[in-house]
Amino acid sequence: MDLLEYQGKQVFARHGVPVPSGRHAQTVDEAAAAADDIGYPCVIKAQVQIGGRGKAGGIKVAQNRGEALEHAQAILGMDIRGLTVHELWVEGASEIASEYYASVVFDRSAKAPLVMLSTKGGMDIEEVADTDPDAIARLHVDPLLGFQEFHGRRLAFEAAVDSDVVRPVGAMLAKLYEVFVAEEATLVEVNPLIVTPERDVKALDAKVTLDDNALFRHADNAELRDPSAEDPQERMAKERGLTFVKLDGNIGILGNGAGLVMSTLDVVAQAGGSPANFLDAGGGSKAEAITSAVEVILSNPNVKAVLFNIFGGITRCDEVARGLIEAFNQINPDVPFVVRLDGTNDVEGRKLLAEARLPNVFTESTMDGAAAKVVELAASGVAA
Amino acid sequence: MSILVDTSTKLVVSGITGREGTFHSLRNRDYGTQVVAGVTPGKGGQDVEGIPVFNTFHDAVSETGANTAMIFVPPRFAADSILEAEDAGAELIIAITEGIPAHDELRAFNVIKKNGRARLIGPNCPGILSPGKANVGIIPAAFFKEGNVGVVSRSGTLTYQIGNVIAQQGFGNSTIVGIGGDPVPGSDFIDIIALFQDDPETELIVMCGEIGGDAEERAADFIAEHVTKPVVAYIAGFTAPPGKTMGHAGAIVSGSRGTAKAKAEALESKGVRVGRTPTEVAELAASLLGAAA
Repeated sequence: MDLLEYQGKQVFARHGVPVPSGRHAQTVDEAAAAADDIGYPCVIKAQVQIGGRGKAGGIKVAQNRGEALEHAQAILGMDIRGLTVHELWVEGASEIASEYYASVVFDRSAKAPLVMLSTKGGMDIEEVADTDPDAIARLHVDPLLGFQEFHGRRLAFEAAVDSDVVRPVGAMLAKLYEVFVAEEATLVEVNPLIVTPERDVKALDAKVTLDDNALFRHADNAELRDPSAEDPQERMAKERGLTFVKLDGNIGILGNGAGLVMSTLDVVAQAGGSPANFLDAGGGSKAEAITSAVEVILSNPNVKAVLFNIFGGITRCDEVARGLIEAFNQINPDVPFVVRLDGTNDVEGRKLLAEARLPNVFTESTMDGAAAKVVELAASGVAA
Repeated sequence: MSILVDTSTKLVVSGITGREGTFHSLRNRDYGTQVVAGVTPGKGGQDVEGIPVFNTFHDAVSETGANTAMIFVPPRFAADSILEAEDAGAELIIAITEGIPAHDELRAFNVIKKNGRARLIGPNCPGILSPGKANVGIIPAAFFKEGNVGVVSRSGTLTYQIGNVIAQQGFGNSTIVGIGGDPVPGSDFIDIIALFQDDPETELIVMCGEIGGDAEERAADFIAEHVTKPVVAYIAGFTAPPGKTMGHAGAIVSGSRGTAKAKAEALESKGVRVGRTPTEVAELAASLLGAAA
């Protein structure tokens, strides 16, 4: 779960990470009132979960109420790389003497948290990593030991931050590590981390990714979820407990097991088709789950054909067949289905489907054959 | 031979009294695995169809001599159960549970690594099957028979799919190891491939990777340096969009990192044959084995 900047800053504030004070706004009037409250100059910032907001015109400085109104008007509803701005964060403008970069990331290959610090702040850190890797100081922390003060000093000296802020930057890193552990984040990133002319160290931005699997321990974070940022079809799938990712093609996909579904998408693409979604019906898929999943797949109007790719292990193919028959009874789909049933009880499953004589349902025995068939049906666009 | 589980495996299952735990423990026993104990706090003294249940792993291990633990408890209790099994002296811990918090996994992994006395497989994995010897986990054993192909995979059903095609071509398996789809697997491709390299029965290794992380890239380097047996690979997720978790918690392309293309290229550059579809992987494996026979 990715937090919006202001949510991240609120989390930071709870752990004593210094952030500029600000207010949340959802309308132009709220933004102007927030700006009046905070005082001028202030910054109006689009709240969307994507980088490059500044370049896209989503971050503007207002010198007075008139400008605050004008910027809020322009930014609300703006499209930033495919995301619509529904929320603003208004905060006091900060004077900047230096811009740094700091982060704590979950390093999968080292199986340890990785803390990074650089004086090349305010720019794309992946670009810095590619062009000037030595500009980033890195340190793995033993998760059983935790972040020590010396870690902070080492990073600050190695990154060559201004010598008078070695101590506060180290302290900032310790607090960011505390956020990472206490909130069970997989990413805590501050870009830029600024030093003001008064030599205060502050987080001017906040990028926080929380571990969805740990939200049960963090009731307040679980409530932060921003449903407006989620696609309605993805939301529908989530409410039904399905593992679903929307894609931009026209072939609906259902399979059991994440790896098999990913592989199904690939095989369909290789056959010249374009998948409309990833949907893992899970192990031991029961008939009701299948019906529910078909409804989610067909809620996407782009879908021209649907592929069921089931390899029964724990999942029983006869259960899947029953679910599909039930789904046809309930929804009467108007697009063709290709069904590949293999594995546990596959013979029974195929027999059930044959007896049900569902209109527009084609059975295939191999994954490759099924992919070729569904691509052909989606391309013809005609219900056979 | 085989790796990790065989006829000397003595299994203790945590969560044996739960619905899924009971079902799969009995299935494993029916296959021939020695299931010697279960652990459910507060249910010590009971039994599940003759399998004695203990309150703690320590009791179970000292009373039955169990050497392998299977973790079947819900995610919020799973890391604790893994650590308890390690503390009680289990040499091999197989964690089936999906959805364990990442920081819990990180702690469990680092404790096990530091103590250096147990091996963890999973979490979020289907377990390990050595056909004809032992089945620990949820792999449907009916599709597999004894043979000389070692399989290591981040995915369950994809493994069954590939294994089934290999079986149809007339070949069997030494051992099938699901290492799981989480960001911090207890054992990586490298750990398992090294075991297959040393296993006399295994003549060919199939590895099934997927998007996310760099375990496949590291495996490619390892194979080039240390593995003399042929390796055939499959990578799932060529069509996965960046930034989206594809079912498995670990299956995510982050920015430009962890793509299927990069993994396939890394493996091919080290001479590993990469099949573009599960069927092609099975055919490659069969033709390599056929040529050797």
